[in-house]
Amino acid sequence: MDTIFALASARGKSGIAVIRVSGPRAHDVARAMAGDLPPLREAGLRLLRDGAGERLDSALVVCFARGASFTGEDVAELMVHGSMATVAAVERCLGEDHGLRLALPGEFTRRALDNGVMDLTQVEALGDLLEAETESQRRQALRVLDGAIGRIVAVWREHLVKAAALVETAIDFVEEDIGNFDAMIVAELRAVVHGLHDELAGQRARERVQTGFEVALVGPVNAGKSSLLNALAGRNAAITSDIAGTTRDVLELRMDVGGFAVTFLDTAGLRDTAEQVEAIGIARGKARAEQADLRILLYPADSDAPPEALSECDLVVRSKSDLVGSVEGISAHTGQGMDWLLDQITRRLSDMTARDGVTVRQRHQQAMQQAHVALSDAIDKLEAGDYIAELVAADIRIAMNALDSLIGVVDVEDVLGDIFSSFCIGK
Amino acid sequence: MKQYDVIVVGGGHAGVEAALAAGRMGAATALVTFRKDDLGVMSCNPAFGGLGKGHLVREIDALDGAMGLAADHAAIQYRLLNRSKGPAVQGPRVQADRARYHAAIGSIVAKAENVTVVEAEATALELTGDTVTGIQVNGNTKLGARAVVLTTGTFLGGKVFIGNESYPAGRMGNAASTVLAEQLRGLDLPMGRLKTGTPPRLRRSSIDWAALDQQPGDDLPEYMSFLTDRTIAPQLSCAITHTNPETHDIVRANLDRSAMYGGQIEGVGPRYCPSIEDKITRFADKQSHQIFLEPEGVDDDIVYPNGISTSLPVDVQTSYVRTIKGLEAAEITQPGYAIEYDYIDPRALTLSLRLSALNGFFLAGQINGTTGYEEAGAQGLIAGLNAARHAMGDNPISLSRSDSYIGVMIDDLTSRGVSEPYRMFTSRAEYRLSLRADNADQRLTSLGMEWGCVGLSRREAFLTKSEALSAARDALGKKSFTPAQLKAAGLKVSDDGARRSALVLLGLPDVDFDTLVKLHPDFKAIEPCVQAQLSKEMVYASYLRRQEAQISALRADEGRSIPTGVEYHSINGLSRELASKLVAAQPKTLAQAARIDGMTPAALVLLLAQVHKHDKRAQA
Repeated sequence: MDTIFALASARGKSGIAVIRVSGPRAHDVARAMAGDLPPLREAGLRLLRDGAGERLDSALVVCFARGASFTGEDVAELMVHGSMATVAAVERCLGEDHGLRLALPGEFTRRALDNGVMDLTQVEALGDLLEAETESQRRQALRVLDGAIGRIVAVWREHLVKAAALVETAIDFVEEDIGNFDAMIVAELRAVVHGLHDELAGQRARERVQTGFEVALVGPVNAGKSSLLNALAGRNAAITSDIAGTTRDVLELRMDVGGFAVTFLDTAGLRDTAEQVEAIGIARGKARAEQADLRILLYPADSDAPPEALSECDLVVRSKSDLVGSVEGISAHTGQGMDWLLDQITRRLSDMTARDGVTVRQRHQQAMQQAHVALSDAIDKLEAGDYIAELVAADIRIAMNALDSLIGVVDVEDVLGDIFSSFCIGK
Repeated sequence: MKQYDVIVVGGGHAGVEAALAAGRMGAATALVTFRKDDLGVMSCNPAFGGLGKGHLVREIDALDGAMGLAADHAAIQYRLLNRSKGPAVQGPRVQADRARYHAAIGSIVAKAENVTVVEAEATALELTGDTVTGIQVNGNTKLGARAVVLTTGTFLGGKVFIGNESYPAGRMGNAASTVLAEQLRGLDLPMGRLKTGTPPRLRRSSIDWAALDQQPGDDLPEYMSFLTDRTIAPQLSCAITHTNPETHDIVRANLDRSAMYGGQIEGVGPRYCPSIEDKITRFADKQSHQIFLEPEGVDDDIVYPNGISTSLPVDVQTSYVRTIKGLEAAEITQPGYAIEYDYIDPRALTLSLRLSALNGFFLAGQINGTTGYEEAGAQGLIAGLNAARHAMGDNPISLSRSDSYIGVMIDDLTSRGVSEPYRMFTSRAEYRLSLRADNADQRLTSLGMEWGCVGLSRREAFLTKSEALSAARDALGKKSFTPAQLKAAGLKVSDDGARRSALVLLGLPDVDFDTLVKLHPDFKAIEPCVQAQLSKEMVYASYLRRQEAQISALRADEGRSIPTGVEYHSINGLSRELASKLVAAQPKTLAQAARIDGMTPAALVLLLAQVHKHDKRAQA
């Protein structure tokens, strides 16, 4: 069993973030970071240092022994200051300096169940929470995949499938007179290695920080989404009018909210329409909104019922409060509730960064590093000549497995499909 | 009424292995076949083994099955495919003499304890509720059994096509046997339709062999069975020839007369074994396709031209064959044809190859959507073992994806079903590096001994070999060398002061066993076959170490059976989408569930909780 770690503190930004480390190396790694460990089940204040001896944070450290911990394994819990930077630094130290693996969602629970320290009612009670955690990661991954990097990783996938197909052809169909593909395989792999190198060098990560978070404004036609956008911008970014269906495409507004780079998306109002251009706008808006980090669901004060949220962190907000003279909700017209709204957005985004923003990026980083090493090994073997084909295949497989959260799972049928469509195989 | 423990219906490769396996387990077994003379007939190409398939033959052999021994008895040419690659992807293959193979199987079955061959036609299943209690033969006689294995190949809806002619295959026209077919159809199982083709057979004496390149066998034969130590049959060469543009023109001009292209056939054919019609249509710019001319036996006057299967009319077959070099005067002894048949979606089976819907009823071979003697034989063996265990009241057994190709195949079949005739490839095995043909006995024979399907002579041979291996492994592990000693012997190692054992050294790319003997002459006393085996083990040492954690996690998940009838939609926290996928896939184990597209670790935890709950209830 390997040793895993993840941020384990409860949802919501607090002063303290708890990072849980579980597995046979948990205590050794905690000792390496903290210098020495307090007695089991007792909290001790320690200064955490990374592999190079650099100071990370002062933290409360608590250790639990196998059989008497949340997971049933050796566990160390590091309670650090809850800033995004601190959490990221500690996670990086655990992953890169000590070679531990980021836990998958639900993995602590799974180990607890396997080790018999958690009963079924407890697991079932966690069901919704586990699924929500997975869902937020899926949403993150989806966003990664649909953006610019989405196109890049789709190309990686093609290259990898092709390379795997060529190697496997040489192994499984040696009786066919097909020839030698070493140079082609190297070219396919090199393309991916270059891409990984660029990503790892941090270009994309920097872009991501600039891009920041997406917050979509959603609601029925004439709910006041564009007016809210304009109010936020303090200028006329969107065309507003009283005619329903004015916004036909997705408008974007980038601004700083509580220190976060936020892009507000103004989407076309939802309604059934026969007009083709508007229908396309609605569909596009819907897709963008689903991938956004957060949605603000607006419903006008003079309408009947509030809409249903897509996820629990979505904000359901009553707009056009001035129309009915209410003190609840917001009004883009009078500015009522705008501070409250911005505060709500800030809170929800900090929740997200604390929970998985860092984690997901780190997970991708680890995956890309692993793939980079494996593919470089494969290229070295191919270029040295006289290589063992199945080891090259194994390297490619390691890379594909590592990257599966980015490129999707590559199944043997994908590889066979490529082989049989490229070559006339068989007797 | 005659009463058996196990009845096996069908005497093909699946049926023979099933009956023999059940017999080895001590079950009183009846092998019911239409004609005694049908046992061990090779209906397709005259060869066994190859990549993935050679691995399967070795695994059947490791579990004391018959295929490897019979193939060695019949082998008229040995070739180890991928000899230049690493040991994990080397596949032993033989050309087999039809008559000799048939005779070898006949004699193994005749000598087998507990196996009675019943020459009869199975006409119906005897059922009490959901439990199979035997079969009816010849429309009037009942045979009782606690378990029945059905291995009837293309018997369901089989139809043969040559050009625009078609007729029912086998004995389908027989009114009596349709009762069995109706019973199976009445179970309302998910079914599909597949097709496969064969080439025209040629008269050996009508081929101009002198004009063709010969492909001889290996100088050092690699036997199919772990128990074989010498070449038994006389050895022959195959020849290689090629199609040419003239061949392609004739085929192209007559495509509308092909059953496959004329629209008469709806079944799905294998992508890896295209007909000549397929080849020239899908790969139109390829000017030439390779054909292996494989003799069907030492004294046999028939040649199997591997690479030109077809469903064109006979006159077209004759004219395109005669455009091919060496075949200018070739005489067709039996035209090529396509056969289309129904298969039962193997997702309806458990990992022990029992039909989930019935008690005591097992299916193996082509009827489950596979193709190939080896795939059939391997399934037959597992079905026969489990039928015997079922008859004796023991728990079913299954193999893991991490211990065998058989495990990979049955897991693939039962979890993914098939969309074309399923054939083994080494790329299907994710733990290919540890599933070598040469270590099939080390992987499986002790398991077989535990199950009770390994006979005395194999047991002894296995134990002797294992002792020699572990003694040598021990000796190599204990003897270590300093960097200075290694440098003196000309090895490139870093000067880190660490001693390295001979075993570790053997894992280095530029070290072979001779290097070890130079370092320490005592190693010379180790038998050559043990030397070879240890060298092969160490080729992948560093990769295998990395896979260990993965494999143990997989095994744990494979060991967690998901009970039938889980109400996925009522599991708290499981998304509707995943619940629907689980309902459709009906995974048998947590490992199968984990491979479902879109499955999340969190959802697996929820499933695991269900498994625990069920286990607790079962214990209570």
